[in-house]
Amino acid sequence: MKRGPFPFVLAIALFVAWLLLNNSLSTGHLLLGAVLAIFFANSSRSWRPLRPKVKHLYVVVGLVFVVLIDIVKSNIMVAKVVLRGITGGGPGLVTIPLDMRDPHGLAILAMILTATPGTVWVDMDRVQGRLVLHILDIHDEAAWVRTIKDRYERPLMEIFE
Amino acid sequence: MNAIVLLDWAAGFAQFCLMAAMTCAGIRLIRGPAAQDRVLALDALYVNGMLSILLLGIRSTSTIYFDMAVLIALFAFVSSMALSKFLLRGEVIEP
Amino acid sequence: MMTELPVWAALIASLLLVCGGLLCLLGAIGLLKMPTFYMRMHSPSMGNTLGTGCILIASIVISSAMAGRPILHELMITLFMVMTAPVSAMMIMRAAIYRTGVHEARRARQSPED
Repeated sequence: MKRGPFPFVLAIALFVAWLLLNNSLSTGHLLLGAVLAIFFANSSRSWRPLRPKVKHLYVVVGLVFVVLIDIVKSNIMVAKVVLRGITGGGPGLVTIPLDMRDPHGLAILAMILTATPGTVWVDMDRVQGRLVLHILDIHDEAAWVRTIKDRYERPLMEIFE
Repeated sequence: MNAIVLLDWAAGFAQFCLMAAMTCAGIRLIRGPAAQDRVLALDALYVNGMLSILLLGIRSTSTIYFDMAVLIALFAFVSSMALSKFLLRGEVIEP
Repeated sequence: MMTELPVWAALIASLLLVCGGLLCLLGAIGLLKMPTFYMRMHSPSMGNTLGTGCILIASIVISSAMAGRPILHELMITLFMVMTAPVSAMMIMRAAIYRTGVHEARRARQSPED
């Protein structure tokens, strides 16, 4: 079985999660957390042989703020639709051509798009790079394509490719 | 003392909102025309229930409720994944 | 124990609690009253993202202000919801597309039945 290198980030994340769940910094929890984190991170090596290659880490900060602002904005949009009914073109599917091929970037793009209310990831053709989205209220199809390519895909490509 | 009264009122209001939200989701769960509507309503019901348990924890200043909220969030994920997998493939754990 | 809660923390937390409760309620109302499944799909994710976020931040603010040190274990629930809510939404969407066919999702522009 193919085994990747030891995942340090996963081990640190598990350690921090253990400390947060127990809400303490005592010696016992530090030791137990370290042992468990190293054990589980080590046993996960054969599950994910593919490692992400992260390049420009500082882009992540900007992307997080963009995503938070967009979540608030699209919450307001969906709340308007609930209160007043559909005002734009109504619900429907939109096909978006993507240039990104990195699986980690695509996974994060799927999380971002589904976490913002109003858009849900439906399907992705990875050979031709065509993404199908379901959108609650389409005002302008070209504007959606532009928004997603500029706001999310370009930073993700800078991070992962 | 005023701060606590304000906080108690806000938490009570949020609890009322969550109860109403759970009622709406429950009606959709019973009425929902297709099975996917019911799965969606169950997911919403779980999330709102988790939040109302967290609010109980805020009002009673106890940390025990936190563990229950984590457990309910876990159950929400597992149950909606299992149900939608069943709708998708007719089987939950495939050999 | 609850007497040493500062006023600013109570104000911020009350505002966040009211916002979060209203968002969850709006999401559920949308779930109840929207006409088709593919429209209903979008509305509970309001409560799942910003509603949950508001209430969890309020909880963090209150417990940290009362303990006098940062208590961050509610961040675990936030992180967990951020990671799992999109996955279950995508799975439900796939199941619905499998059961109704893509045409149902595509033509949903004008069908005010129910």
